[in-house]
Amino acid sequence: MAEEKQTGRWGMVIDLDVCTGCNACVTACAMENNIPWVGEEDAGYGRGMHWIRVQRYWEGEYPEVSPHYQPVMCQQCGRAPCEPVCPVFATVHSEEQQINLQVYNRCIGTRYCANNCPYIARSFNWFDYSQQIPTPMNYYLNPNVTVRRRGVMEKCTFCVQRIYEGQERAKAEGRVVQDGEIVPACAQACPTDAIIFGDLSDPESRVSKAARNQRRYTLLEELGTEPKVTYLKGEGTYGG
Amino acid sequence: MAVEAKSLSTPLHGMDAEEAELREQLMFDPRPREELNRMVMESMVHTTPRYWAVVAFLAVVVLVCLFGAWGYMIATGIGLAGVRKPVYWGVFIVTFVFWIGISHAGTFVSAILRVFKAEFRRPFTRAAELMTTFGLAAGALYPLIHLGRVWVFYWMIPYPNARWLWPNFRSPLVWDFLAITTYLLSSTIYLYLPLIPDLAMARDRTQGWRHAIYKTLALGWRGTEAEWARLRKAITIFAFAIIPVMFSVHTIVSWDFAVSQTAVWNSTIFGPYFIVGAILSGVSAVVTILVILRATLKNMDYFIRMEHLDALGKLLLVFSMAWAYFFFNDYLVSWYGGYEAVRRVLFFHSSGPDSWIWWSMIIFNVLIPWLTLWNRRIRRTPWAMLIITLLINVGMYFERYTIVPMTLAHQRFPFDWGNYVPRIEIIISIGTLALFILLYMLASRLIPMVPVWEVREGQEAHMIRQIGKAKVPTVSELE
Ligand code: SF4
Repeated sequence: MAEEKQTGRWGMVIDLDVCTGCNACVTACAMENNIPWVGEEDAGYGRGMHWIRVQRYWEGEYPEVSPHYQPVMCQQCGRAPCEPVCPVFATVHSEEQQINLQVYNRCIGTRYCANNCPYIARSFNWFDYSQQIPTPMNYYLNPNVTVRRRGVMEKCTFCVQRIYEGQERAKAEGRVVQDGEIVPACAQACPTDAIIFGDLSDPESRVSKAARNQRRYTLLEELGTEPKVTYLKGEGTYGG
Repeated sequence: MAVEAKSLSTPLHGMDAEEAELREQLMFDPRPREELNRMVMESMVHTTPRYWAVVAFLAVVVLVCLFGAWGYMIATGIGLAGVRKPVYWGVFIVTFVFWIGISHAGTFVSAILRVFKAEFRRPFTRAAELMTTFGLAAGALYPLIHLGRVWVFYWMIPYPNARWLWPNFRSPLVWDFLAITTYLLSSTIYLYLPLIPDLAMARDRTQGWRHAIYKTLALGWRGTEAEWARLRKAITIFAFAIIPVMFSVHTIVSWDFAVSQTAVWNSTIFGPYFIVGAILSGVSAVVTILVILRATLKNMDYFIRMEHLDALGKLLLVFSMAWAYFFFNDYLVSWYGGYEAVRRVLFFHSSGPDSWIWWSMIIFNVLIPWLTLWNRRIRRTPWAMLIITLLINVGMYFERYTIVPMTLAHQRFPFDWGNYVPRIEIIISIGTLALFILLYMLASRLIPMVPVWEVREGQEAHMIRQIGKAKVPTVSELE
């Protein structure tokens, strides 16, 4: 259908000038997507599994330092380097949403995709973390999202379950998806509205307009991965 | 000009110094065929309590370190290994590349030297070919060991299935899978072909269970002229055919890295660089094993002589130089490219917390061989060659360690940098090393380690002739 085609290119803009580095997106993402916590020891060793992380960099010498925050998740590359290297087609492009999806059932855990992702956006289930959730806590799990088992790769999906839900709702009500109707968990949680999500194929959507902002850049542009996430950053401003 | 030439093939009493020197070479020191056969048979059946003690020890190590630890890891999770974000590949892949490298020895020594008619290869082609087969057996385990979900490994195999899903032929891991199985298959056949006459020889000289095995394996070989002609043809075809296969295997292994876009991995020279490295480490391992065989296996000091260590030592020197050339070429162009991420990785290699690995690699692969192997006396000293070749292999292992985890540790975003500490990988790697040695030790008592007919053939062709007053070594064209 024509309308469905229209809602094709989901994208995101992150305004670093208003990001305060509060990590609300990280928390919201973990709750929405059933991201297990890995325990103190493994987290300390560098096995935290967040699909989105706030990279923190410092500029200047102490005490004249200014922090820079940069939320980074899977950039949903248009030409994703993670895809061709998977021997079993576990990481694939979805035709409809134009995003990169991980098929957990198919993944055999070669971890090649994670090596080839220049953004280090992928997380691996080293152990059966999801089995270690103490009993009452398992009620927090989101029924719309698969709980991953040990030995598979996972990563940000742009909250594909929410995209589906929005599309289905609009279809049931016989209309097209409105701009701003579908919001991933990170964008919803962001107190400063630094994360804008929407349809890039609609030139009038908020995200398209923001993506044309002159402060725009994409991460590691030189690699030609054509990311769907755009960052905004002005010169000489503090924060962000 | 008429030359009066006299063959001096059979050792005479009262040789002069010149002739004695020539007779130090295996080819000019022939013994009767029956004696050669007897010597090889003796080496196969001769075992000492020490041999069995070592075999038992290795078997325990294989059981505990390889199958025990691996089973435990399958039951618990790949997290027992030290891999972490962003170092998703660690010692498992390092050891995998290492064993695949070792497996180049057999083909190189046997096929390439056979094609080029290098006579010194004759007594140890089999010892080298066995390394190919067992090295591949040890290496081929790793793509399985390192999987997150090994129980569904067969999804990588192209087979018709209910889901109508094929593996992704664009993935280098599928290329790997195909290349390694091809190489394993062809190198096993290539090991087997020249073995047939020797198996027949063993069949005729044994009783009991050994006789039964050899009888089946020898395929009814009788040694007629027609059989020999066919065997020669088959070996020649395989020798030529297996060379491109050998080149393809390590090239494809290198493409696992080179086609990715990780900084420093993405290098166009990785193919030949890996091959040269593989041959360097493979030939070193051949020397190591020859020295050990010579010391432990009965009658081997007749077959394996200083001239062989000498010749292999020269080869090693050449390959060490070639390796250094490729390494330098790869390093310089990457560095000169000026890409910040690449430079940071290179800087991390030589000055990070694990830089001792990088420096040891340079010392073991370049400095030590260059300082020692030019010297004829050192090349002819077994214990020195043992140490040098072991060090070269340690150096080559470090090279792969530098390439795999030490490169991944420094990705493009400084935020993700992280160091890698191997954990259970070390135990499992020791397990496969034990598996390799164990298989080799068992094989040394089951199949003739020396291709008797090839040695015999060489000795027939070589002669010391007396031309006038001089004694001249000659070799007649065989084929
Ligand atoms: S950011 Fe990484 S995981 Fe996401 S599509 Fe690109 S390569 Fe794949």
